[in-house]
Amino acid sequence: MKKRAPSRRTPLPASSEWTLEAIDRYHEEIARVAAEFGLDTYPVQIEIITAEQMMDAYASVGMPVNYHHWSFGKQFLSTEKGYRRGQMGLAYEIVINSNPCIAYLMEENTLTMQGLVIAHAAYGHNSFFKGNYLFRTWTNADAIIDYLIFARNYIAECEERYGEEEVELLLDSCHALMNLGVDRYKRPPKLSLAKEKLRQREREEYLQGQVNELWRTLPVQEVQQDTGGRRRFPAEPEENLLYFIEKHAPLLEPWQREVVRIVRKIAQYFFPQRQTQVMNEGWASFWHYTLLNRLYDEGLLADSFMLEFLQSHTNVVYQPPYNSRWYGGINPYALGFAMWQDIRRICEEPTDEDRQWFPDIAGGNWLEVFDFAMRNFKDESFIAQYLSPKVMRDLRLFAVLDDEREDTLEISAIHDEGGYRRVRAMLSEQYNLGSREPNIQVWNVDLRGDRSLTLRHQQYQRRPLGDTTDEVMKHIARLWGFTVRLESVDEDGGVELLDEVRNEKRRNHNGD
Amino acid sequence: MVRIIDRRFDSKNKSAVNRQRFMRRFRHQIRRAVSEAIQGRSIRDLDNGEQVSIPARDLSEPHFQHGRGGVREQVYAGNDQFSSGDHVRRPLEGGGGSGQGKASNEGEHEDDFVFQLSREEFLDLFFDDLALPNLVRTQLARITDYKTRRAGFTADGTPANINIVRSMRGALGRRLALGAPWAARLREVQRELEKLIAAEGEDGEGVQALREEITRLRARIEGIPFIDSFDLRYNNRVKVPIPSTSAVMFCVMDVSGSMDEEKKSIAKRFFMLLYLFLTRSYEHIDVVFIRHHTVAKEVDEDEFFHSRESGGTVVSSALNLMHEVIMDRYGGGQWNIYGAQASDGDNWDNDSPVCRQVLDGHILPWCQHFAYIEITPGEPQNLWREYERLLGSHRNFAMQRIETPADIYPVFRELFKKTLV
Repeated sequence: MKKRAPSRRTPLPASSEWTLEAIDRYHEEIARVAAEFGLDTYPVQIEIITAEQMMDAYASVGMPVNYHHWSFGKQFLSTEKGYRRGQMGLAYEIVINSNPCIAYLMEENTLTMQGLVIAHAAYGHNSFFKGNYLFRTWTNADAIIDYLIFARNYIAECEERYGEEEVELLLDSCHALMNLGVDRYKRPPKLSLAKEKLRQREREEYLQGQVNELWRTLPVQEVQQDTGGRRRFPAEPEENLLYFIEKHAPLLEPWQREVVRIVRKIAQYFFPQRQTQVMNEGWASFWHYTLLNRLYDEGLLADSFMLEFLQSHTNVVYQPPYNSRWYGGINPYALGFAMWQDIRRICEEPTDEDRQWFPDIAGGNWLEVFDFAMRNFKDESFIAQYLSPKVMRDLRLFAVLDDEREDTLEISAIHDEGGYRRVRAMLSEQYNLGSREPNIQVWNVDLRGDRSLTLRHQQYQRRPLGDTTDEVMKHIARLWGFTVRLESVDEDGGVELLDEVRNEKRRNHNGD
Repeated sequence: MVRIIDRRFDSKNKSAVNRQRFMRRFRHQIRRAVSEAIQGRSIRDLDNGEQVSIPARDLSEPHFQHGRGGVREQVYAGNDQFSSGDHVRRPLEGGGGSGQGKASNEGEHEDDFVFQLSREEFLDLFFDDLALPNLVRTQLARITDYKTRRAGFTADGTPANINIVRSMRGALGRRLALGAPWAARLREVQRELEKLIAAEGEDGEGVQALREEITRLRARIEGIPFIDSFDLRYNNRVKVPIPSTSAVMFCVMDVSGSMDEEKKSIAKRFFMLLYLFLTRSYEHIDVVFIRHHTVAKEVDEDEFFHSRESGGTVVSSALNLMHEVIMDRYGGGQWNIYGAQASDGDNWDNDSPVCRQVLDGHILPWCQHFAYIEITPGEPQNLWREYERLLGSHRNFAMQRIETPADIYPVFRELFKKTLV
């Protein structure tokens, strides 16, 4: 078979206006190059939408369908305001972790931007979704759209039956606990529309039965068992508050349990995204950069295309310094892109320093190293494993220690020989969800007494809880239906009662 | 394999429901913000959208999060001056002059949540739980108004509606079609006849026979009816119900010496508000301005508000003029008539009973609603007392007293409070 010389391909269209045919051609070439690099992706579905539809998508956390809730309306209003006044541009793309992978292209983009977005979203993010272990574990790309449809219909049905207000209050409470609705260590079962529907009725009855069992007037033998000492329930602290409430809240109706479950499942779906921002955005940026450069080398892209592309690429991966007006923390695109570029460099042109820091990968096959890294890490571990001294020097990273008991801030480490490890460890810690968010777990339920629920906050670095705590506690009390207490455990193990919401209301009265 | 789907023409406003939910949930806060906004802006541009801000606290979605304090070690980018072990003052960021710096990641900004209400949403809130008086009745009555409209042609109808051109054209077509075979034969026979005559002369054999056939064919063709009932076409007219969407609003104002600028401006706002309210229900609104002192005059808007007169007051002159205008231009039940009268209550004593009679007998029966506002800080005057006697017998009459511009809005609501009809 005769190998086609690159120069014999017809160059891609270079106008700034896009057409469907042009998008199709760009996609074809990008897909070809992506396959040459061995990117494994879900099939791609490209959808062209207007700015208004993009705002709609924003409002429903990027999903094409979602249940209705005022908070999405709030999101929409603020997006709309920002956009209308030109304070904020809309993202060029939204990509959905589903199978097929749906990438939205905005109508207003130029052809260059469409090409960039196809490479970035439809091949970069797409392959990450398909390969990364967190996404493989926590999300089910085949079923998510179906599940969202199920969720929307179910909640609409509840609204019809029990009133919009009732459902809205319940959702408010669930949303408040959304971040605490994830099993971090267990693999969640697969979602599927058919199964969900089939089993939902069954589950309702079963769950209600379970709960009743828990609160039944206690039979004699259990009392005897208990004489040995006070048992806690749950025996082990439970980190998944929504799960605990779904299974054990005494006063919830079956439909309310189902709604709690829906919020929990959706929270779980977004859980990996929160943990892989740097990796994922960096990966996608690396690939749009690499794929489009390859096409340019093959002579398919016009210079005008490259200039526009490079300009927006540079904007995206720019890291403003700490004292700039534009500084908003570490830019995940910048950090991620720099790291992936650097890993490739370590493989292809290792220095002595690299050999010393990364003996395993220095001089290795970069595609294999990439594949391994993409599949098996999240931000926290990715940084701990791969952040090289060179990247720290390039971004001039430094760590600042802020102890409220001290008058001044201390620069604890900078990008020098003595500081590399500490900066790296600190940055990795910064992306550890476990330390970013307060650690609050279910500690005990007073089964014998007033059925009160006790939560415990394990303090981290003496950080107190924020001032929204009492609001959240009210939400928990609404779900639980009885008194809820929050205790705080400091680093020395001392326990202190932080907050208590009394709730003596009974069934029919809860939900104020 | 790629699928490219063009969704641009799919339904927009997927978030409309969420937006409505948001509005419903924060109705109270939004309404409060709207009332404040109304006080702040001129009545003239009431008819625009409004930027509304509600305290972000009210609509926060709380989560457990870390508060300030404790130990925190953070990594920053772009080191330009520090080495390890340096001590620096708080805050680290915000070197860019202003010194305020962005709050750290955990600290939520306590800013207001600001968003744009559309014009419709703004006015809906503004007019919330107001209803056009007696509107229900008018709406029910509306359906009886029909308008006939042309709708092509039909094959049956009344003789008065015959469309002659169409009918004749049809008849001609029919005659041509029915006569076609004979006409063709006729032409053929004529050609044969000419040939025969040319060859054999007038007396040739068969000429006679051909002539006879021609005569026969002509008779046949002529035997086709010139016009048939089948040909008749009638103009078709259909009845379309038309909503009666025209209203006329009478603004009656006292411009005598006792009405100072401030009182006039209050009156003006009242008229504006009423006008705006009517635009919600009617497509087309005429406004008639009648000003009066001792004599009444119909004027244009500018003159109405801006010219000054002096002298006494005879209110009935204005009411009589209004009655005349109604009879003259807005009679016949096609118009929804609204009246709004503003005065400081001063009137020539003997005139007040006359005013009541005119209203009672000549104006109120025609009006959907008539509102009287008396702009005075003092005791009610005789006109007020006379008008009070109308309240019992006319449901479409309302009156209120206003002292300051701040009273307008509540009064307005009071005047047009939802009434069950």
